[in-house]
Amino acid sequence: MEIQEILTAKRTVSRRAFIKGVIAAGATVSSASYLFRGTEVAHAQRAPGAVERLVTLRVNGQDRRVDVLPQETLGTTLRYKLGLTGTKYGCDRAECGACTVLVDGETHYACSMLTHQVRGAEIVTIEGLEGPNGELHPVQQAVYDETGFQCAFCAPGFILAMVAMLNENPNPTRAEAAQSLSGNLCRCGDYDKILTSAMRAAEYSRPTA
Amino acid sequence: MGEIRDMMGTFELFQPMELEGALDLLRAHGSDAWVLSGGMDTFDWLKDRAKSPRVVVDLGSIEELKGIEANGDGIRIGAMAKVSEVATHPEILARFPVLAQAAEKVATPQIRNQGTLGGNLCQDTRCWYYRSGWPCYRAGGNICYANAPNSLNREHCIFEANRCVAVSPSDTAPALIALEAEMEIQSVRGMQRVSAEEFFIGPGTDITRMTVLQPSDLLTGIHIPGTWAGRPSYFEKVADRKAWDFALVNVASTLDVREGVIYEARIVVGGVAARPLRMHRVENAIAGRPINDETLEEAARQAVQGARPLRFNDFKIALTRNLVKRSIREARA
Repeated sequence: MEIQEILTAKRTVSRRAFIKGVIAAGATVSSASYLFRGTEVAHAQRAPGAVERLVTLRVNGQDRRVDVLPQETLGTTLRYKLGLTGTKYGCDRAECGACTVLVDGETHYACSMLTHQVRGAEIVTIEGLEGPNGELHPVQQAVYDETGFQCAFCAPGFILAMVAMLNENPNPTRAEAAQSLSGNLCRCGDYDKILTSAMRAAEYSRPTA
Repeated sequence: MGEIRDMMGTFELFQPMELEGALDLLRAHGSDAWVLSGGMDTFDWLKDRAKSPRVVVDLGSIEELKGIEANGDGIRIGAMAKVSEVATHPEILARFPVLAQAAEKVATPQIRNQGTLGGNLCQDTRCWYYRSGWPCYRAGGNICYANAPNSLNREHCIFEANRCVAVSPSDTAPALIALEAEMEIQSVRGMQRVSAEEFFIGPGTDITRMTVLQPSDLLTGIHIPGTWAGRPSYFEKVADRKAWDFALVNVASTLDVREGVIYEARIVVGGVAARPLRMHRVENAIAGRPINDETLEEAARQAVQGARPLRFNDFKIALTRNLVKRSIREARA
């Protein structure tokens, strides 16, 4: 390959897209054994009646077959097995809310539930919010218009918490929004803008008369 | 990516569909087995590798442990009912608001959506020395790290210290004791019911456990009688943060007031001892009296009789006095 072609090819694939492509393409076999090394031996003798490892998860409207360890958390499965890296890991201790996903419409910390606990449930991650043609979800549009976040590491969790909040309470007050979003932390301290985004999201989500 | 420390250690996971299956598994595996309900207590232990059970029994697929239904003039709450369900259930809101208010104060929306009432009651103490895996009395060792001269014990107990100074972390437990609830416990030996007050135990009874549950026992349901339905009640939780924090001190009360005079009262304080403490002395002192300043002062005085603060937690004495007073003065039907 000519040097010019190589440079062009490199430019067309971003680093993030490349990594996600690798995960989705099945290189998970090697990365998973790296992540979970040392756990395989014990599982050679699986007790009768224990959970099956190959499970089907319903994520963002798609059925995904995935090999899941008994002790694997949903966040790990989403990020490292399914390539859905929009779900962030902050504390991994149910304290920061960065890993918030929707399970059957309710907010949950993906770091603190076993993937085996959500078999058969409808899981929505930040990747599942966009419309069929890539248009932003009203909550995403509101966050974008209000420049709601600074570094935005916590944004996926906050946005999903806002979606769940608006499903339950389409017209929250600012205080109610703060209460509903109290399970998410922002280390940039952008709470004021985040709450403004939440109020804007409520406005965008109302059916236009 | 460096060393992965947060991956839990390996275990066998069982998800029985029926209660009998779960009880059989617990009997078969004894102390090797760990009961998983919502997991909000469990996963911290397992990620930190402070506990490494060989077998985990997930109760999430057992339908008979879920649900909230009327039972005579009271209600039965399945142990696996989510804290958020308890906080928003119409009948609990209408008849037993003290429980709904307590459930609403638990942690965060995400944790309430996943954590169960049974798990909130059975969770282990949050003493960070103990939870960090230090070999303290509660962990089977022979020292208390929280009660050494320079220990950080602002959150620890003022009553019933007995080698261990950890406190009860639950918000719903004081409310259930105030409502005279009963715990339904099942094991392969059969079913028994224990009053909520006797369900919780201090280090003087067993320093390694928070409740009467033995390794093969399961808390399967919580029965609330109609006795206190619609009577004046009060719940308050004081914590450092408005959300996501365990109580420094919480209080739940139910009152039976007839013609301005307290006929009977139940007042329970959490966060001050290893078990939620029922304030028997206060209840006796205020029975037969009208709700006035004199009665409240007497209640406050009785509430902290015998309290012994540690180095950094004497504020809990004033806090307990004031919360007990307020739980009588502000109780509303």
